[in-house]
Amino acid sequence: MILVNRDTRVLVQGITGREGQFHTQQMLAYGTKIVAGVTPGKGGAEVLGVPVYDTVKEAVANHEVDASIIFVPAPMAADAALEAAHAGIPLIVLITEGIPTLDMVKAVEEIKALGSRLIGGNCPGIISAEETKIGIMPGHVFKRGRVGLISRSGTLTYEAAAALSQAGLGTTTTVGIGGDPVIGTTFKDLLPLFNEDPETEAVVLIGEIGGSDEEEAAEWVKAHMKKPVVGFIGGRSAPKGKRMGHAGAIIMGNVGTPESKLRAFAEAGIPVADTIDEIVELVKKALG
Amino acid sequence: MNLHEYQAKEILARYGVPVPPGKVAYTPDEAKRIAEEFGKRVVIKAQVHVGGRGKAGGVKLADTPQEAYEKAQAILGMNIKGLTVKKVLVAEAVDIAKEYYAGLILDRAKKRVVLMLSKEGGVDIEEVAAERPEAIHKFWIDPHKGFRPFEAREMVRRAGLEGNLNKLAQVLVALYRAYEGVDASIAEINPLVVTTDGQVVAADAKIVLDDNALFRHPDLAELREVEAEHPLEVEASNYGFAYVKLDGNIGIIGNGAGLVMYTLDLVNRVGGRPANFLDIGGGAKAEVVYNALKVVLKDPDVKGVFINIFGGITRADEVAKGVIRALEEGLLTKPVVMRVAGTAEEEAKKLLEGKPIYMYPTSIEAAKAIVAMVGGAA
Repeated sequence: MILVNRDTRVLVQGITGREGQFHTQQMLAYGTKIVAGVTPGKGGAEVLGVPVYDTVKEAVANHEVDASIIFVPAPMAADAALEAAHAGIPLIVLITEGIPTLDMVKAVEEIKALGSRLIGGNCPGIISAEETKIGIMPGHVFKRGRVGLISRSGTLTYEAAAALSQAGLGTTTTVGIGGDPVIGTTFKDLLPLFNEDPETEAVVLIGEIGGSDEEEAAEWVKAHMKKPVVGFIGGRSAPKGKRMGHAGAIIMGNVGTPESKLRAFAEAGIPVADTIDEIVELVKKALG
Repeated sequence: MNLHEYQAKEILARYGVPVPPGKVAYTPDEAKRIAEEFGKRVVIKAQVHVGGRGKAGGVKLADTPQEAYEKAQAILGMNIKGLTVKKVLVAEAVDIAKEYYAGLILDRAKKRVVLMLSKEGGVDIEEVAAERPEAIHKFWIDPHKGFRPFEAREMVRRAGLEGNLNKLAQVLVALYRAYEGVDASIAEINPLVVTTDGQVVAADAKIVLDDNALFRHPDLAELREVEAEHPLEVEASNYGFAYVKLDGNIGIIGNGAGLVMYTLDLVNRVGGRPANFLDIGGGAKAEVVYNALKVVLKDPDVKGVFINIFGGITRADEVAKGVIRALEEGLLTKPVVMRVAGTAEEEAKKLLEGKPIYMYPTSIEAAKAIVAMVGGAA
């Protein structure tokens, strides 16, 4: 397991909203240790027995908090993540989708400088199977096992976890890193953690076209990884997007295309699955 | 969201980038009148959301108002890469001494906005980038400090741009202020012109706005031109779906962008061609699925539909109910194959038992089945 376990104490930002309440209930049912919530202007209230504060500072003054999960609407979401980082919370999981990119550019740099780790935005969160869920994934498809999972997609993560669980392999920790252009944590930031985790025997990377996270991860694997890694690239048949002007073509060059990602994986010796079922076969083969 | 050149130039001018005087014309008469008003040589430029206008004949010089009339008449109504030209920009022509390139875009890997500057501006900048990347100079901007004049001056020197250093640097600083000010995802000046009398002007400009930030810019959000998009995409967006029209014949519906993309990949892999991408999102109710089927089946290209659901927050039985409603209303005029798994999978299968819906246990089997039914790629 990496990042989180059954003892991780969690704060929910945006706990009184529809999404916040629903997922707080789901997380509590999974066994997640939720100690407090925050909604500005709703301090003093209670949601499902969880005390609500106006600010993160007040919440951490009254509770020990290891991680925060954020359901705040997009216009205020980056600010909420900054609030958590300034209150000293070491792990911040940003679920919200649709956050302005420049908000994230600013927040990611500041949060890193403050020493906190940001997962997301626009991500399903983190789950350590049968221990804790700090996210929105259907918990029952994640059976405790041997494989670490990192993914840019939501539903495909659940598919892969379900397939690994049905095959008796199971998962240790699964991290949905999010699909936005600027995210706090990428594949290569998490690979070292799985590399040192005694419970994780293999790692599955579920990537997508666009960006260069997969290429960077492949480089890291080639240089440092001690455990087998299996890859998957979604969107390989997607038609090339409408041209994004000269600047888009220039900065991306050949990076971000499926070919570039497949080549990077091949060079790093990472077998690539074409289907979800093939992920299971390749992991089985790698584990012997 | 894409802006037209004239809209991009209006924004840049507001932030202090000099642009040649120009106005929009919808008819040849208007173009003539604008040319008369300027009293100089003008350039007539098609305003469509597509690149390569110049090479397609959508940009022409006119020496007299009468010529402006004729050139505008030739360009208006022209078809450029599938889009009809409905308006032209009539702008004063500039006397070019040097043509440079300046562009701002997000660098995902560095998680910062990057300024790209080159002394080799003009239409072939992409070739320059591909063949001689060293001719493009880059600077990654600190989001908290912004882009300072001294940094701009250093960039101008580093890239070897000739002309008034302070004027060139001021344009770059203003370009970044505009980028930040309107929440752009791309802002480009190409060419950035130094005129024969030493002025620095943006002869052409492109701005793409970050859709996620449009709530901060209601005035700019109003500039969206829905008629430029496919009518089914407009209808789907009214229902709140992410829908993209593709050129095949198999309608695709799924929950979650990743799963839908994977479904497209599978259909392609087994020799089929998807007609669309449609993501019903998380937690969809029966009505959403019903509406999704309505949109997908409205596409005359669609010969069959593949519904791929992995229940998480979305319940598979809700999906089944939506499909059954469409069936009962006689909407399902084409074969429908389905694969459901996850939350409420058993309930869904029970609901669909005996119904004329082809159920398959795995995505790949369902993909093969629908391709066999509609026939593979031509």
